[in-house]
Amino acid sequence: MAWQQPMDGSHASGSKAAAAVADGPGTQRTQYPYVTGSSIIALKYKDGVIMASDTGASYGSTLRYKSVERIKAVGKHSLIGASGEFSDFQEILRYLDELTLSDHMWDDGNSLGPKEVHSYLTRVMYNRRNKFDPLWNSLVIGGVKKGPKGEEKYLGMVNMIGTHFEENHIATGFGNHMAIPILRTEWREDMTFEEAVKLVEKCLLVLLYRDRSSINKFQIAKITTEGATIYPPYSLKTYWGFAAFENPAQGAVGSW
Amino acid sequence: MSSIGTGYDLSVTTFSPDGRVFQVEYAGKAVDNSGTVVGIKCKDGIVLGVEKLVTSKMILKGSNRRLHSVHRHSGLAVAGLAADGRQIVSRAKSEAASYEKVYGEPMPVKELADRVASYVHLCTLYWWLRPFGCGVILGGYDRDGPQLYMIEPSGLSYKYFGAALGKGRQAAKTEIEKLNLSELTCREGIVEVAKIIYGVHDEAKDKDFELELSWVCDESKRQHEKVPDDLVEQAKAAAQAALEEMDAD
Repeated sequence: MAWQQPMDGSHASGSKAAAAVADGPGTQRTQYPYVTGSSIIALKYKDGVIMASDTGASYGSTLRYKSVERIKAVGKHSLIGASGEFSDFQEILRYLDELTLSDHMWDDGNSLGPKEVHSYLTRVMYNRRNKFDPLWNSLVIGGVKKGPKGEEKYLGMVNMIGTHFEENHIATGFGNHMAIPILRTEWREDMTFEEAVKLVEKCLLVLLYRDRSSINKFQIAKITTEGATIYPPYSLKTYWGFAAFENPAQGAVGSW
Repeated sequence: MSSIGTGYDLSVTTFSPDGRVFQVEYAGKAVDNSGTVVGIKCKDGIVLGVEKLVTSKMILKGSNRRLHSVHRHSGLAVAGLAADGRQIVSRAKSEAASYEKVYGEPMPVKELADRVASYVHLCTLYWWLRPFGCGVILGGYDRDGPQLYMIEPSGLSYKYFGAALGKGRQAAKTEIEKLNLSELTCREGIVEVAKIIYGVHDEAKDKDFELELSWVCDESKRQHEKVPDDLVEQAKAAAQAALEEMDAD
């Protein structure tokens, strides 16, 4: 993907590591990620928010780790999912732990909801980008919390440059290209959990076929007023006999 | 106290001829005049209770808290000067947070008690500081189970099954001794603590008070938090009933 390449284009792809070393006075920040996770798919459904991803993490283009959790619970009302640099995600989880700890210690009957967590993360991400030292992630925050208008579902995202928005369905990374069209045509507000799982699995399967850095080991998580549930990983049944898969080189003649 | 008024009580860095540090003892007096604070170690956790004396009817209910959370797994109850107590709480919080940052696991309660005690003690060592005018009871839950510590203004800290500070501490301690702490659950414990605090409250001398209760136990998922409102109400009702029964006898 574009963000995995050196930005000035002056380095050969084999010497990426050398570019991280500062040359001359001053320091040079992270210019590209090392271990990355692929897409996150998330959508609102009848009772809350469902989030899904595979459990892989790549070292460059090598599928290096096969069972990492990229979806975690934050406080009582939220889920966070991350694509991009895995160590940056771990750092973000530390920030969030600090945040929920101080929230817990107030013990005043209030607790941070997904809206607040999202807002906090938009500030962190934008601030780091302005230091030219971004946290290399696309983050998805989903949750449900009782508000003045009753149960309020929330789903939002923020990326490494601090762009953020709310949506009824979100997909990051390759999913932004491959899954969003599916979600736009098939998503409904009143989907049951079972229907939501089906839709999410459809997106994951498309990604598995088309995104080289995805793997066939998926995790689904949901957040409702009952709290967060992160389900154990499982695989989807694949079918590789599609005509387009038979001779992949046929339609791709290349330019030389 | 033969040495009082002879110049040996002006600084924490001056011993009296009989080997006492009067400033620290005076700090102890500030604790002894406070509303009663009780902590007990039950079978499944710790219960902390405070008799918070309310100095004015215009004070908002629930303000000036004397029970504070320190990290997720432990809490501090303050007797004496509440403002001094907050200083100790803030130190305890940062100690617990930095421990977790460095070692990647929650701070053991023993370690936390030691660090807080060292901090309290530190303030008895320099002429430009005054000792804390408060004693604290620290309750926490770690892998070694629930634990209870009390830290005095001198920096002394001991581990307890049950501890009490403040005006009613003597009466409270005799009541705690009557409890079968190894069999008592925290759910039962909050009622006992409420009974003790209602029992030692001196209605004639003292103004109104507010009962503060917190716990760390299996029921609270080993997190230190305020006892839920409905349980506090039940405990209050039981305590008042017990009081009336005593008066009837």
